[in-house]
Amino acid sequence: MADPFLIGDNMTGGYGRHGPDILHDCTISVEKGEIAVIVGPNGAGKSTGMKAVFGMLNLRQGAVRLDGEDITNLSPQARVYKGMGFVPQTHNIFGSMSVEENLEMGGFIRTDDISETIEQVYELFPILREKRNQAAGELSGGQRQQVAVGRALMTKPSVLMLDEPTAGVSPIVMDELFDRIIEVAKTGISILMVEQNARQALEIADKGYVLVQGRNAHTGTGKSLLADPEVRQSFLGG
Amino acid sequence: MTKDMRTPILFAVMALLFILEGTTSFWVFSGSWNTSLAILNMALISAIMALGVNLQWGYAGLFNVGIMGFVALGGLATVLISMPATPGAWTGGGFQIVFSLLLGAGTVAAAISLFKRMAPGRNRGIALFALLAIGFFLFRYVFDGGVEGVEAINPASTGNIGGLNPGGPDGYKDHGYMALIAWPVGGLLAAGAAWIVGKTALGLRSDYLAIATLGIAEIVLAVVKNEDWLARGVKNVIGLPRPVPYEVDLQNSAEFVAKAESWGADVTTASTIAVKLSYGLLFTAVLLVLLVLAQLSLKSPWGRMMRAIRDNEVAAQAMGKNVTKRHLQIFVLGSAICGLAGAMMTTLDGQLTPGSYQPLRFTFLIWVMVIVGGSGNNFGSVLGGLLIWFFWIKVEPIGNWLMQVVTFGMEDGSSLKAHLLNSAAHMRLFSMGIVLLLVLRFSPRGLIPEK
Amino acid sequence: MDFLNAIVALSNFVLIPAIAYGSQLAIGALGVTMIYGILRFSNFAHGDSMAFGAMITIFVTWWFQSMGVSISPLPTALLALPFGILGTALMVLATDRMVYRFYRQVKAKPIVFVMASLGVMFIMNGVVRFLIGPGEQRFADGARFIIKARDFKEMTGLREGLAFKTSQGITVITAILIVAFLFWFLNKTRTGKSMRAFSDNEDLALLSGINPERVVMVTWIIVASLITIAGVLYGLDKSFKPFTYFQLLLPIFASAIVGGLGNPLGAIAGGFVIAFSEVTITYAWKKVAVYLLPEALEPSGLAQLLSTDYKFAVSFVILIVVLLIKPTGLFKGQSV
Repeated sequence: MADPFLIGDNMTGGYGRHGPDILHDCTISVEKGEIAVIVGPNGAGKSTGMKAVFGMLNLRQGAVRLDGEDITNLSPQARVYKGMGFVPQTHNIFGSMSVEENLEMGGFIRTDDISETIEQVYELFPILREKRNQAAGELSGGQRQQVAVGRALMTKPSVLMLDEPTAGVSPIVMDELFDRIIEVAKTGISILMVEQNARQALEIADKGYVLVQGRNAHTGTGKSLLADPEVRQSFLGG
Repeated sequence: MTKDMRTPILFAVMALLFILEGTTSFWVFSGSWNTSLAILNMALISAIMALGVNLQWGYAGLFNVGIMGFVALGGLATVLISMPATPGAWTGGGFQIVFSLLLGAGTVAAAISLFKRMAPGRNRGIALFALLAIGFFLFRYVFDGGVEGVEAINPASTGNIGGLNPGGPDGYKDHGYMALIAWPVGGLLAAGAAWIVGKTALGLRSDYLAIATLGIAEIVLAVVKNEDWLARGVKNVIGLPRPVPYEVDLQNSAEFVAKAESWGADVTTASTIAVKLSYGLLFTAVLLVLLVLAQLSLKSPWGRMMRAIRDNEVAAQAMGKNVTKRHLQIFVLGSAICGLAGAMMTTLDGQLTPGSYQPLRFTFLIWVMVIVGGSGNNFGSVLGGLLIWFFWIKVEPIGNWLMQVVTFGMEDGSSLKAHLLNSAAHMRLFSMGIVLLLVLRFSPRGLIPEK
Repeated sequence: MDFLNAIVALSNFVLIPAIAYGSQLAIGALGVTMIYGILRFSNFAHGDSMAFGAMITIFVTWWFQSMGVSISPLPTALLALPFGILGTALMVLATDRMVYRFYRQVKAKPIVFVMASLGVMFIMNGVVRFLIGPGEQRFADGARFIIKARDFKEMTGLREGLAFKTSQGITVITAILIVAFLFWFLNKTRTGKSMRAFSDNEDLALLSGINPERVVMVTWIIVASLITIAGVLYGLDKSFKPFTYFQLLLPIFASAIVGGLGNPLGAIAGGFVIAFSEVTITYAWKKVAVYLLPEALEPSGLAQLLSTDYKFAVSFVILIVVLLIKPTGLFKGQSV
């Protein structure tokens, strides 16, 4: 079988050069245009797993490959140039700058005209067009997340990585955000995200990873995981 | 060289430098015990200041850029305690000044309680402004009258309120012990100022304390320079009493003369050396007491907690430690030690000369001492104090020597040569800056690192 | 008539000097705030770097003067200013390379940067005194006044004269130009926006591919320009003496903090708040009061709230009050 589009293969490692290992032989992958979701209990290494894929971790073993190319030794910045977009969980916008400026900064590394991409982001998130000149820090939680996702989309990434995009927003806003994420995936961008709200996230996921203590506990399609009695029992509250 | 030997060896080298200064006139050494002891005395005082600053920086990571201000407050205390009261000054306006200061303090207190009690809004602003304005004018009215009264008294030699020395203007020099009392009072004054600054600036970003202390130092100095009623301002107070004998008295004492002659020493030289030695012993005693206390505190639970806070403020806070309060404590303590040292220095000088207080000399030099010696280590800062003071004195001769070497080939009278020779004095600032940066970069733990 | 006289006296002794001084402080505080926003420390070498910039400009001015180059009635120093900026920019970039960059790489605590800046201050201090000496230097030339007090009196027939110094005019015009340019740069250009982004959220800026070293370099160049301009304007308006530049540090810091550290708009507002407070509190109001109050109420003294020796106390007290009540400053600054 050919490699998935993006794969973090058998990753083992932790923060810092001498930090303890947090991930153990963990594998996470996503195909083109699909949504992959990482779920699991608190402290399972969900975010760590994703950060490992993005190069924010020291890997002792394993590799990260994007479209067949080994990018294990690249810095996060270099991975952005390779087409990976990352939305951190917190501090993911430039609060003192306007929405439009946030998007401009998102496209900072591009040398071509970015106005078209800005237009696409506005089409995806119409509310942002309305608030384009407002300081991003003054927006509501859900709108801020839209800015954050929009910023990451500005580089026209092939993979978008989201660290708990729905943390701290209301259920309605959460549903809307998930709808948007599905739309993004439909444009051919792979989505890899970590989610606290496991059930809802698995519902939209093509692929799901349940991590426990830094190890792959269950892997499967979103639907199969939702149907798996063991997963239901342990992580989805029955 | 093992770690344990490092400290004694470095101190031995330091001792050797002072002995060389006393015995040989090779290179930049003067070969005079008088100079050697004079340098040593100031070096001891500097070491005490460094000890105080190390308490703040080494233990708690607080950056105090206003050491000069606290030192000057110590100097002020020497005048206010060890000098005699100027006859008529208290009745002529002194009480009025004190009353006006109370009025001022009362106004500020009233303003604070008003601020706390009234609801925020325009009314509070107006009320506050009115209160402060009325209070200020009242204060100035009473204060100016008092100042005028005090400063009118024999302005050529006094014109200030004087101090608490019971000996009176003629016999105050017999009460030399008053100088010793002034030292802790200097510490108290400095502690008071430090409390005000610490209360406002601690708990905020670390830069703010630095800026606030820079400010308080400027203001303390402005007060000491301009409030003539207090300590004669830039007209200086001279003839401060001493806790040690006077050279003249020694020369007139048959006993001392006999002793000096029995050693085959010149009586004048012997008397000056004896005086410097007694100062040196006094200062050493103070330094040792403080050093022992500092060492004890460092090893106590209190000291461990301080360092824990310094190394990880967030964790310490999470463990329920009131970081700001601890910081205030140590900031006040460290400043008090600087004030004490300042009082000792003024006593040694025998005069208070506000014009001579320079931030470069009294703030930044002390910093170099602490950093070079080893922040966090008390022995380190004492060593730094001794060493850097020695160099501070010797940088100029070394600079001159360097400039002589550099300009050796130039013809006499060339303007470049003259300029270079004249500029040797500025080498001090330059070289101290270089030393600070080099140590900070390449040996941030200093000569005697923290354990 | 008396009322007009009072207004003229007020303008002459309070408003005009305070506006000029406020502009100088504002430009200085802009530099402090930019360094704080991007490099995240309070630069204690700021005052002495101002002296350095002014010194280079003075040397070039003297050179021009000796060659007879002049742009009279404007002071020659304006012509020398670009050279001063260039020299200062090279100096601060070298300092950054040799001193600060290392601490950025090891991610040192801000206070270590502050301490390093103290070392730089020492060196700058020594260099300036070594090269130009500790004394006062005169380098202003050209017309001294735009309006002379005597001409104004003859023109208006008022008892009070209004003097408007060339240096004051230049200060205000330069300040407006600089501020306009800086805001255009920060808000409209890509580089300027990337600096704001970096100041706002360093990690996200890195994720967006903004090169930190480039941001830092541009910042230092802008700061060098601000420093030199502020130093030269202050020197033209008052006089050049190395020690006064060290003393300017307190009012400049106070301006930046009062406005909100890291906020350029705040730095400007702060500069004027400090300047106006300082001038009004240390001004002898008798001159104005004699025109406004009936004779019986005329103040017998100078009606001066504080002697000018305490002008630094004004900055300090304002600083303390702001720290106590609103540590983020009038305009929202970066952090507490």
